[in-house]
Amino acid sequence: MSQPESAVADAQAGGRGGQEPLAKLAARYGLRRAIARPRFPVYVRQLWERRHFILTYATSRNVSKYSSSALGQLWQVLTPLLNAAIYYVMFGLVLGGKGHIHNYSAFLLTGMFVFTYTQRSVTAGAKSISGNLSLIRALHFPRASLPLAYIIQELQQLAISMSVLLVIVLITHEPIALSWLLVPVVLVLQTLFNVGAGLVMARLGASMRDLNQLLPFITRTWLYASGVFFSIQERVVGTAHAPQWVADVMYYANPAASYIEAMRDILITSGGGHNPPDSVWISCVFWAVFALCFGFWYFWRAEERYGRG
Amino acid sequence: MAELTEELSLVKAEEPAVAGTDGKAKAQPKPAAPSAAQPKTAATSPLDVPTGTPTVIVDDLHIIYRVYGAASDAEKGNAVNALTRILRRQGRPQMKEVHAVKGVSFVAYHGDAIGIVGRNGSGKSTLLRAIAGLLPPHAGAVYTDGQPSLLGVNAALMRELTGERNIVLGCYAMGMTPAEVKDKYQEIVDFSGIDEFVQLPMSTYSSGMGARLRFAISSAKTHDVLLIDEALATGDREFRKKSEQRIRKIREEAGTVFLVAHDLRVIEETCNRVIWLHKGKIKMDGDPKEVLAAYNKG
Repeated sequence: MSQPESAVADAQAGGRGGQEPLAKLAARYGLRRAIARPRFPVYVRQLWERRHFILTYATSRNVSKYSSSALGQLWQVLTPLLNAAIYYVMFGLVLGGKGHIHNYSAFLLTGMFVFTYTQRSVTAGAKSISGNLSLIRALHFPRASLPLAYIIQELQQLAISMSVLLVIVLITHEPIALSWLLVPVVLVLQTLFNVGAGLVMARLGASMRDLNQLLPFITRTWLYASGVFFSIQERVVGTAHAPQWVADVMYYANPAASYIEAMRDILITSGGGHNPPDSVWISCVFWAVFALCFGFWYFWRAEERYGRG
Repeated sequence: MAELTEELSLVKAEEPAVAGTDGKAKAQPKPAAPSAAQPKTAATSPLDVPTGTPTVIVDDLHIIYRVYGAASDAEKGNAVNALTRILRRQGRPQMKEVHAVKGVSFVAYHGDAIGIVGRNGSGKSTLLRAIAGLLPPHAGAVYTDGQPSLLGVNAALMRELTGERNIVLGCYAMGMTPAEVKDKYQEIVDFSGIDEFVQLPMSTYSSGMGARLRFAISSAKTHDVLLIDEALATGDREFRKKSEQRIRKIREEAGTVFLVAHDLRVIEETCNRVIWLHKGKIKMDGDPKEVLAAYNKG
């Protein structure tokens, strides 16, 4: 075994002892380190240059997802419909979660679909790096492309479930209102939040393999805390007699609850509804901006370390 | 993604067979050292100094991989266990660290075509990935001029999709613009020779066809520093000839080429320098004839 050592020793002697150190040689010829994290503005620009890859990757994943099933792309519509049916039977009929909520089926489905979007984005984000190690080890691209592509894939799915939701809301005798024009605004804000959250989860998931096992428990707890099946106001203040600020914290400190609340106020207008109050809007915007900025920064900080496994 | 990983591991598994069928490539270097008379060329040997400036400098590079073994039933899905481990910042008990590259140093110059030989698991592919900047070094550094790229787009492709979609996806994955993709599309189809199969999912392709398409996609782009990992051992004879020509052309355009292949003839024909890796260290580095002779004796 002496041979390899001596070869290395020779190499080092050649590089270090005899001539100048290799690092200096590199500097003299203007060579750069192969792994160096670009500055943040450069990184964002590189990401923008990869937009075609991100979009194509997202679409391709969506197409290949159902390619092995007989009904194919029809599942994109069937899955949210079947989910909706199960939730209605479970929480509307069996558990009787209705309470005094006006138009419970629309209330429940709005909450469910909005929450599912965030939940799936977070879960997908956590897998986007750890599940693509072979790709990361083979090609060069800003790594944030992967979580972004996964969230765009979820967004494409959401477009379908949102149209299902609008049909159901119409069936349940909600009038088409001018406020529906605000639906895309809420979705954009929610998407920005999802991107940020997905980026944070991507970095966490890349280093903590056990996160994927834990996530289902975390998202389920989140689901129950977000008032998907019940009205937070009614249960917390009305039934449990907690002070009002507890309900407020549950609405505004939880981004999912804020987006659900905004969407419900916009869509369900028949029972003397109202537009989302300013505080809900502020919360929606705050979470979107905060998550996006923090998520990108946090993900970028470890850019050169993804791929070690 | 699971299929892709599987495919990659399949390629790995095929390696010994490739080496075995080739009479010349007896990839069995014994740890016993060859005779001391072998020239052990140092990294900065004046082998190619006349050709000019260095393009790749590898400085005492160490790469450590983390490998996860299969989790036992007892601990899989046990959230409490997972949580306590996360809180204590411990890895999985089955987590192993593999020291794949142990202190490699060399300098590659403009115009070099460097073959890398060594038995399976000697760190060849890892070294290429580190040069490409895809694996972060544990210690040491890799300095490069321009962006080295690995000839290998396989991981971005999806078997369930048509060849057509995969061509577009693969080109974007390599960083092409829509105009370039449009430009290269027909060329890729023609070169791969898959004709009307381009409309069918890649999962219906024979392994040769799949390999041809992958090579056609990944070689469609021009590179400064090009890293080729076992790309030549694909397809039938005719395609092999075509791809060797393509490689030569790429070499002329690229500043520096690194080539990992088990077919030593390919290395002998195309390279002007050979690095012999053994267990993550450089065993020999120098003229192809001398190194390959020693390697075969190995």
